[in-house]
Amino acid sequence: MSSPSFGARKRATVIAGIGAVTVLGTVLAGCSSNGSDSAADAGPAQSGGTLRYGLSQAPTCADPAQAGSNQTVYVTRTVVDSLTDQNPDTGEITPWLAKSWEISPDAASFTFVLRDDATFSDGTPVTADSVKKTFDSVKNLGPNASLAKSYLSAYTGTDVVDAHTAKINFSGPNVQFLQATSTPQLGILADSTTALASEQRCPGAAVIASGPFVYTDWQQDKSVKIAKRAGYNWASDAVAHQGEAYLDGVDFTVVPESGVRAGSVASGQLDAVSDALPQDAPQIEGAGGRILTRPNPGVSFFFQPNVSRGVLADQAVRQAIIPAINRQELVDTVLDPSFFPATSPLAHTTPLYSDESSVVTYDADKSAKLLDAAGWKTGSDGIREKDGQKLTFSVTFSPVFSGNQAILELVQQQLKKVGVDLQLNLVSNGEWTEKGVSGDYDSLYYNSTRADADILRASFSTEGRNLNRRGADPELDKVLTDQLAATDNGQRGELVSTAQELILDRGLSIPTIELSQAIGAGSSVQDLNFEASSRLQFYDAWLSGK
Amino acid sequence: MTRYVLTRLGQAAVVLWAAFTISFVILFLLPSDPVSMAADSSGQGVAVDQAALDQLRARYGLDQSVWVQYWTSLTNALRGDFGTSISTGQSVTDAIFSALPSTLVLATTALVLAVLFGVAIAFFATYTRKRWLANLLFSLPPLGVAVPTFWVGLILLQLFSFRLHIFPAFGDKGFATVILPAITLAIPTGAVIAQVLTTSLQSTLRSPHVETAYAKGASRWRVQTRHALRLASIPAFTIAGVLVGTLLAGSVVVETVFSRAGVGRLTQTSVMAQDIPVVQGVVVFASLVFVLVNLAVDLFYPLIDPRIIQTKKSHTEKSNIESSTDLEPAHV
Repeated sequence: MSSPSFGARKRATVIAGIGAVTVLGTVLAGCSSNGSDSAADAGPAQSGGTLRYGLSQAPTCADPAQAGSNQTVYVTRTVVDSLTDQNPDTGEITPWLAKSWEISPDAASFTFVLRDDATFSDGTPVTADSVKKTFDSVKNLGPNASLAKSYLSAYTGTDVVDAHTAKINFSGPNVQFLQATSTPQLGILADSTTALASEQRCPGAAVIASGPFVYTDWQQDKSVKIAKRAGYNWASDAVAHQGEAYLDGVDFTVVPESGVRAGSVASGQLDAVSDALPQDAPQIEGAGGRILTRPNPGVSFFFQPNVSRGVLADQAVRQAIIPAINRQELVDTVLDPSFFPATSPLAHTTPLYSDESSVVTYDADKSAKLLDAAGWKTGSDGIREKDGQKLTFSVTFSPVFSGNQAILELVQQQLKKVGVDLQLNLVSNGEWTEKGVSGDYDSLYYNSTRADADILRASFSTEGRNLNRRGADPELDKVLTDQLAATDNGQRGELVSTAQELILDRGLSIPTIELSQAIGAGSSVQDLNFEASSRLQFYDAWLSGK
Repeated sequence: MTRYVLTRLGQAAVVLWAAFTISFVILFLLPSDPVSMAADSSGQGVAVDQAALDQLRARYGLDQSVWVQYWTSLTNALRGDFGTSISTGQSVTDAIFSALPSTLVLATTALVLAVLFGVAIAFFATYTRKRWLANLLFSLPPLGVAVPTFWVGLILLQLFSFRLHIFPAFGDKGFATVILPAITLAIPTGAVIAQVLTTSLQSTLRSPHVETAYAKGASRWRVQTRHALRLASIPAFTIAGVLVGTLLAGSVVVETVFSRAGVGRLTQTSVMAQDIPVVQGVVVFASLVFVLVNLAVDLFYPLIDPRIIQTKKSHTEKSNIESSTDLEPAHV
């Protein structure tokens, strides 16, 4: 019944499957081939055809404002336009529904001038009043709208200056809001949608927006169908073409099992799939397909030490652990070349990232010297100690990314070489969130995706959840706050760069690797590109040979 | 008879209440709360301010005391209202009823296949005179129970969908999509049937009335099909509740592997997301199915075997339907 190669592949698939079934969080993983989707050899874009896409998890809600998980965003992004867009190559904010904007000198109010030809799919025009109603409605939404709520946390209201001019006000400086307006969570919705209560906005039929596609069928937990909107003519400057979408539509089906997704692409039952695991790549590539990848912007995977307890209260220990980790070895051994070693608290695709690889580097001698100087002497069992206290700490992590466990096991071995004992504490996603609230951990391990440097403030300031459990640090707190008021990008860049240096100097982040997205695509899929936050955009995508 | 029916109905109600209460307690004791989980559905540490979280907890009544929460959800549940899903905003009853048809088709097809497998294995294992064949057939049920459903599903997919392109790999539209998942689910279920039926066939074949049948000159085939199988299937019939349990539990894995949006996958996703209203709804629904099947068996059984009620009268304190199934029927 089986040839040797079939047997081997079967085993790999089963292992992949076990991973996917047990993990089933937001399983994100990367694969072997590199780079973006090149259509150079596929000729000019052709219109027509329906792309069949396999999602790894069911989208939770059709409402873009209530989209949190990647799989939900992939779907909701297709139907909604935002005020602005973000260029994935430069990080620059470009016009979309808003043709221009102005930020007040105190960075507390933003005036957007809308283009006057955009309409919602029910025929009503996109106006300043739609903007006001969209943003006003966010505070009444349920827990899935947490991203939208965090972008609008200091929102005080929107002034409708005229039909196409909206002035959005905040109680204090809020520079991050400009990038936030490019996200689908703050996409502009029609009055018929914003008038509905939170739950009623979740079926696809309830969501009316101005995007290049419209929902034609929404089966909760099962499938979503979208069709292109005829007459769409207000694409942003950050995409590759103008006018209507090339695809007639996209059929999204939920296929939770990674081996089944890969097999379906290889056997031509699906055109593209989410979360192609490294072990699935050979099957997809063997059938003429390829793996599309892009590193996520935001905060790289890192240890976030709880500085209020244990050995990590010693800043010297935190600083010494940074050079004890061989990041290249993590990528080479556990992951694949689509992943990058971290070189800063921020991933390199984040706008205003600064290269801190002189600090975030592998240098075991430096690590040992720092620990020696701080009085941590190697004990009889190879683990350092000081005043009878062992140099040991635990890391609390969840399987939200399937590679976490293997990476941390390797870090454990690497730290042991410099005399540091790392204990791994694997918990469920829910328990992880709860630990963060209760403060019962030595260190947390996670990452955060956001294509704006304000993610540093969300992750390292004392005003948010303060997962570092640190006290005031005037120098660091000042740059984290000031960058939110810096309307000049150059000036903001300097502040953000200083923030990255200070975070490393204080040992508040011990970065490991940058996360990458991996999409498995069949040979006919062209120009299925990633937007600036490394989520898919289907507007430019097309199918060859249809 | 009336008293027997009322007792059974009362027991069914107690089982339902216990399932509801136990699931409530377990979910209440879990370390994290569903609101912060839903708020961080990207799993990436989005900072949500405490005021917003508190507002959301109030929205789902999670800020009230455990007794108030318990009482509210119990009284709502009695009216068939299990609230709305925290992660999708969909009403729990809608979520279950829209998932139900897919699971019903799968479970029914699997049950038919399982009965065919189970009866065939049990029948031929006891009928054959070839020792090696009997041993082979006897070893199939333990194997069917032990082999991981998940693995069987992937092998079938790899072969019949990805290689031979006979069946679709995912979805629940059309009969073609149900074949592979139904076979996968029928293996553990059929194995249970085969095990129970083999044992009862073996004992039935040793009973006096079978010898009487032989003495009357009936052939082995006739004895086994007409006399033994009919009697031996009565104990197998009483494990219907267990079979439904096996099917429901199996559907969690099978529906995930075969991408079917049924009750099993709803269970799996709602447990992962700690979506308390949905988990509660599914638990109560599953217990309801279990209880109804057992009730039907309990009520139907005395019609086949009147001794059950008589037994009850003679040993009033403690006698249950399970122990009565071990009774050897004395007449044809």
